[in-house]
Amino acid sequence: MQKKWVPTPVEIAKKPDYILSGHRLCAGCAAPVVVKLTLKALPNPENTVLVNATGCLEVATTIFPYTAWRRPWIHNAFENAAATASGVEAAFKALKKKGVWKDEEPTIVVFGGDGGTYDIGLQSLSGAIERGHKFIYVLYDNEAYMNTGIQRSGSTPFAAATTTSPAGKVLPGKPEWKKPIGFIVAAHMNAYVATVNPFYWQDFVVKVRKAFEYDGPSFIHAISTCDRGWRFEPVLAMRISKLATDTCLHPLWEFDPETREYHITGQSLYLAKNPDKIVPVEEYLKLQGRFRHLFKPVRRDDLINAIQNRVMKEWKYLLKLAGLES
Amino acid sequence: MREEIVEQEERLLNGDEAVAWAAYHVEPDVVAAYPITPQTIIVERFSEFVADGLVRTEFVSVESEHSAMSACVGAAAAGGRAFTATAANGLQLMNEILYIASSLRLPIVMAIANRAVSGPINIHCDHTDAMNVRDAGWVMLFCEDAQEVYDTIIQAFKIAENPKVLLPVMVNFDGFLISHTAQKVKVFKDPSVVREKFLGGPRKPVKIKLMGKEVELSLNPKNPVPVTFGPLDLYDYYYEHKMQQLVAIQNAYDVVKEVHEEYAKLSGRRYGNGVIVPYKLDDAEIAVVAMGSAPGTMRYVIDEMREEGIKIGLLRVRLFRPFPYKDIIEALRNVKVVGVFDRAQNQGMMGGPLFLETRAALYELESRPEVVNYIFGLGGRDAPPEMFREAFDELVGIYRGTISPFIRKYIGVRE
Amino acid sequence: MSDKKPGWKEIPIAGVPFLSSLEYKTGDWRVFKPVIDDNKCIRCLLCNIYCPDMAIKVGWDETGNKALGVFVDYDYCKGCGICADICPVKAIEMVKEER
Repeated sequence: MQKKWVPTPVEIAKKPDYILSGHRLCAGCAAPVVVKLTLKALPNPENTVLVNATGCLEVATTIFPYTAWRRPWIHNAFENAAATASGVEAAFKALKKKGVWKDEEPTIVVFGGDGGTYDIGLQSLSGAIERGHKFIYVLYDNEAYMNTGIQRSGSTPFAAATTTSPAGKVLPGKPEWKKPIGFIVAAHMNAYVATVNPFYWQDFVVKVRKAFEYDGPSFIHAISTCDRGWRFEPVLAMRISKLATDTCLHPLWEFDPETREYHITGQSLYLAKNPDKIVPVEEYLKLQGRFRHLFKPVRRDDLINAIQNRVMKEWKYLLKLAGLES
Repeated sequence: MREEIVEQEERLLNGDEAVAWAAYHVEPDVVAAYPITPQTIIVERFSEFVADGLVRTEFVSVESEHSAMSACVGAAAAGGRAFTATAANGLQLMNEILYIASSLRLPIVMAIANRAVSGPINIHCDHTDAMNVRDAGWVMLFCEDAQEVYDTIIQAFKIAENPKVLLPVMVNFDGFLISHTAQKVKVFKDPSVVREKFLGGPRKPVKIKLMGKEVELSLNPKNPVPVTFGPLDLYDYYYEHKMQQLVAIQNAYDVVKEVHEEYAKLSGRRYGNGVIVPYKLDDAEIAVVAMGSAPGTMRYVIDEMREEGIKIGLLRVRLFRPFPYKDIIEALRNVKVVGVFDRAQNQGMMGGPLFLETRAALYELESRPEVVNYIFGLGGRDAPPEMFREAFDELVGIYRGTISPFIRKYIGVRE
Repeated sequence: MSDKKPGWKEIPIAGVPFLSSLEYKTGDWRVFKPVIDDNKCIRCLLCNIYCPDMAIKVGWDETGNKALGVFVDYDYCKGCGICADICPVKAIEMVKEER
């Protein structure tokens, strides 16, 4: 794509906020950081329409009569954010053809949580991507249904305790592995797909800018820590977010639909070149109450190792996709 | 306004094609639809209009009816005219979003080729699909033939977009019986009669006051204060928003009549007063009440009985939501026996939906007629004149006191 | 009713919110408050970038390109402490809120 953009903190901090203070997301929630970075990455955020699936972000930013959104915004339902975005995009296209809308068509940005994306909204998302609507779908992935009280989703990682996958005498939290949503979306072959981490904000905004520049649908998968659901002190949010990438649990990559190439980016590219710097998953797991049962009352090396092995297997798969390992 | 009939041309169209022609003449900004029998011809024909460049509409070929309605919500919130069509299970799949569309006050228009709801799966006509969504806050009209379907789809956009209404409108017509039956339909020769003259050009979203500024009620990024659609609305305001909606749907009653009259002046066609269509009711002692295409057959039977000197008439309900109870009370004030014919299931209910509301309306009268219910034609079961004749004779029997009144009967079903 | 909330005739239709969240102060959620030591601060602005509540404000010079300093908007700061945790020079201290 274009010449490499290296955003500076000044450049990002200077841009106005389009999600405002006074929202009622929990202290330390990463979702507003995901939103903020996404909108600051756009070259013309004034010409943007936002679509939000049902979820924490939607609820806590629009408790009537208040709204935290300084851009036109629509929440329709849980499972249909991508379909709603299709309609918004199509309407502006038609209004433009008819000469009713005279400017550039607005950028459509969708925010959906993991429930609305991996699970109930997957069909709507797949349909909208297949149809090739131009929108940027941002998944803020906090790995469970946090809005309803921490129930497991298709995104909840193996062994994580949630209120519907509790750690019991027989089951060690969620028995299934996380769904590889990024690859599923990339398999449509017409979407720009990228994983991002708000801690690695430069890599984040550069990818959103690429999504903006790509003439077609794009999908940004952001890990989004949840101190309530993951059970850690809010102060640790960004530290844990960083570890998600540093352990290769949430590696940073992108899929370019034009070349059909996978690229590993940012910190993950550094780790690909310096594998000794990969942090063991234990460092990430032990900070979070949802994995407490892996350490207490007895240490479950079997489970910790299973996670570590799986992460390395998936990391190797990604290295192969990106042509960094044969 | 002076009656100035505009030039029209006659085409052989079935009900679905009549919808497609109406949509062509309206030229919505977005049509988002998913195929389902017996609606599919609508989107097939409309796709041809798109493919031939006759409309600038964005046709969004969605992956489900749920997404069809969801895309319509997005399109209408963006300030566009949105249209879709469905039937039966497709309408049930949309159900959740129907309530959202009306609560967001989005003037979406939808055609329904009424079809029985699974299971067992069945593709033929009854009204159960529409009856299942009758409380979703949509204006609901029922048409008798393909001509009325063409006319009503066009009217629906104007009803929906009226600032006193701003609600979605559903135009119903019988699956197969109307959707797949060709008849001569008069359509306007020049689409601009519909687009410009009748609808006044592209949709203009209403203006509201927001944070001290006047803004367009849409997702327009140029609004001085951006609009947030679909917030979390708890116990402290939800009821107020519902109250606004309840008033709006009642407002639709007058608007349906006004738009019907305004349209009649261009087309020369009227359907009663726009909300009910009486037939030989003036001196009637016995009345039958029905919706959809069955009234066509019923009129034939009524004519036959009139020749025999029986004072029987028909009330066709064209507007089902808001329910035109005042018109119904007036129209049936002097009859002694009323038979209400529901082409819909009434699982566990006292009677069919049309019956229940008609009977409730007539409770207002000091001297109330006997009101009985017939359920007929489920899943496309044939509804021939002989069946109606038998039922009408029964009503005559009730009138004469030779037959005891009852609550409901299921006719045309084998024992 | 004791409260003075507007009625259905007074509020905009379609459920559109009519107040900005800026009118809703979340500062009283706070248990610990971040205190910035301006002498230690190197104006890296990371606290601004990571703040989930848009509660770390930047003072700019007249060119608008140079940060003169950062300060906390206590009307909204919920006291999550992310700013203190990510500050590369430990210029932010979390202090128990006294009310």
